[in-house]
Amino acid sequence: MSALVLIDHQDGSIAKSGAELATFAKRLGNVTGVLLVAPGEGDALVSGASSADLDSLVVVESKDFKEHGITAMAKALTKLVKDRNPKALLIASNSRGKEIAARVAVATESGIITDAIDIDAQRQTTQSVFGGSFTVSSSVTTPVAIVTIRPSSIDAPQVTSTPAVEKINFALSDTERAVTISKVEPALKGGRPELTEAKIVVSGGRGTNGDFKPVEALADLLGAAVGASRAATDAGWYPHTHQVGQTGKTVSPQLYLACGISGAIQHRAGMQTSKTIVAINKDPEAPIFDVADFGVVGDLFAVLPQASERLAKRPS
Amino acid sequence: MKIAVCVKQVPDSWAEKKMVDGRLDRESVDAVLNDLDEYAIEEVLRLVEPLNEAAGSDAHTVTLLSMGPDRASEAIRKGLSMGAHDAILVSDPALAGSDALATSKVLAKVIADGGFDLVFCGTESTDARMSVIPAMLAERLGWAHLTFAGAVRVDLAGKKIEIDRMTEFGVETMSASLPAVVSVIEKINEPRYPSFKGIMAAKKKTIETKSLASIGIESSAVGSSASWSKVEGAIARPPRDKGIKVEDSGNGGEKLVDFLMEKRLV
Repeated sequence: MSALVLIDHQDGSIAKSGAELATFAKRLGNVTGVLLVAPGEGDALVSGASSADLDSLVVVESKDFKEHGITAMAKALTKLVKDRNPKALLIASNSRGKEIAARVAVATESGIITDAIDIDAQRQTTQSVFGGSFTVSSSVTTPVAIVTIRPSSIDAPQVTSTPAVEKINFALSDTERAVTISKVEPALKGGRPELTEAKIVVSGGRGTNGDFKPVEALADLLGAAVGASRAATDAGWYPHTHQVGQTGKTVSPQLYLACGISGAIQHRAGMQTSKTIVAINKDPEAPIFDVADFGVVGDLFAVLPQASERLAKRPS
Repeated sequence: MKIAVCVKQVPDSWAEKKMVDGRLDRESVDAVLNDLDEYAIEEVLRLVEPLNEAAGSDAHTVTLLSMGPDRASEAIRKGLSMGAHDAILVSDPALAGSDALATSKVLAKVIADGGFDLVFCGTESTDARMSVIPAMLAERLGWAHLTFAGAVRVDLAGKKIEIDRMTEFGVETMSASLPAVVSVIEKINEPRYPSFKGIMAAKKKTIETKSLASIGIESSAVGSSASWSKVEGAIARPPRDKGIKVEDSGNGGEKLVDFLMEKRLV
């Protein structure tokens, strides 16, 4: 056994991050995927997991995952790590993945690295910290390394793997069932890509005055995710989960369009590693222009609709 | 009931951060209370203040809990001026360079020994941004794990708690019996500014400083030598090249699309 990879799934489909994690894990040796599923839910997901480059796949079935959430997921993974002694356990860096990793690290007495963007064959990881102003390489000194990796850190090659599938059952003890989940409302997808996974992000700030329509229209033409500055989410103009910045999501897309965002250091910390940055702002002195590859000094309510109109007409 | 709120002193998030020898340079920037912790303090105060007022006594107490250098007491003082009753600061030269695993070990020990029923945290610190301490505390203490709360409903008498966990995956309603570890997101409330009266009252409140020996943790179990991850190197990112800036004179949108097409981004 060389590396374990937790494969996320939601609404019956496998998350894109699974194949990315497997691509990293392959550098460490054999890769075992782990699916944590409700009883009977596994078969449909196993075929989807073949898009990840796996040598074997462990399907852990338990009704506790839905009812008791992260505690159950962490306890099941802890058991697998203790039984199989992998070099590393790789998990996607999101709100749930980081907390699962945290608990497994404590329970297995393993070192933990979060938000890595790379890991090499010697388990040396790369992280981008302080909003991308520093690149840090670190390594874990314990036998097992628990590492969470940011989605979209690597392009996973197209594969169709045929892993050996093993099914096991898992149950929490009664004392471990401290938390009960009574209701779940999945996030509305709205047909747009997830913020941290999107190749293009269009964000709106104070300059929208609460009207995100031109931002959303441009995002939809580009197949982009919609982000927002803290000023916009604090004002209640856009959901908190779309906030980009120091206290929100960190994004690193191919293209980031900041619309009506002044670019305070707290916002830049969440987007300045984007490959290309475009800014639209009325204020020619706005700090966002310091990091923008292309800036338009103007009113977003004029510039964005004109850009959208032009894009809609372009030959496809 | 005794409620603890974990707080951290961090570099001001509006300041440019630097690294020296693989560690954050904490000396060159202003240090403040982690602003995400203020939401946790505020939520707990909103919970206990009406109850204490009705009882006419401080039946429920709010204790700030922190690990850090002695000067972390400045950040703690802000939380006390918001209305927390007292504070515990674990400070010891041997703690320098502790990773999240060691930090959670120290905090969990103080919580377990302190007779608390409920611990509140912010979702992350604005410096390390790992977002792992609340989960590590739940694992170490064996308490209910209720994190990323956008709404908290507590029945202190019945020792029950329910939260709405709000994340990129959606909203989950989850409940537990106390004891519990709760982290709150910044959407949950609007933290108060300390009043003049609060600031004056905070000067008289106690910050109890504890050493590792006094909480019963060996110095070999924490600090950089006990850390299970080590930084091999840190490189500052080169500044971005100066970009193009155009005035919108009626064709700004067109020029924007020209740029995107030229760069083959669309």
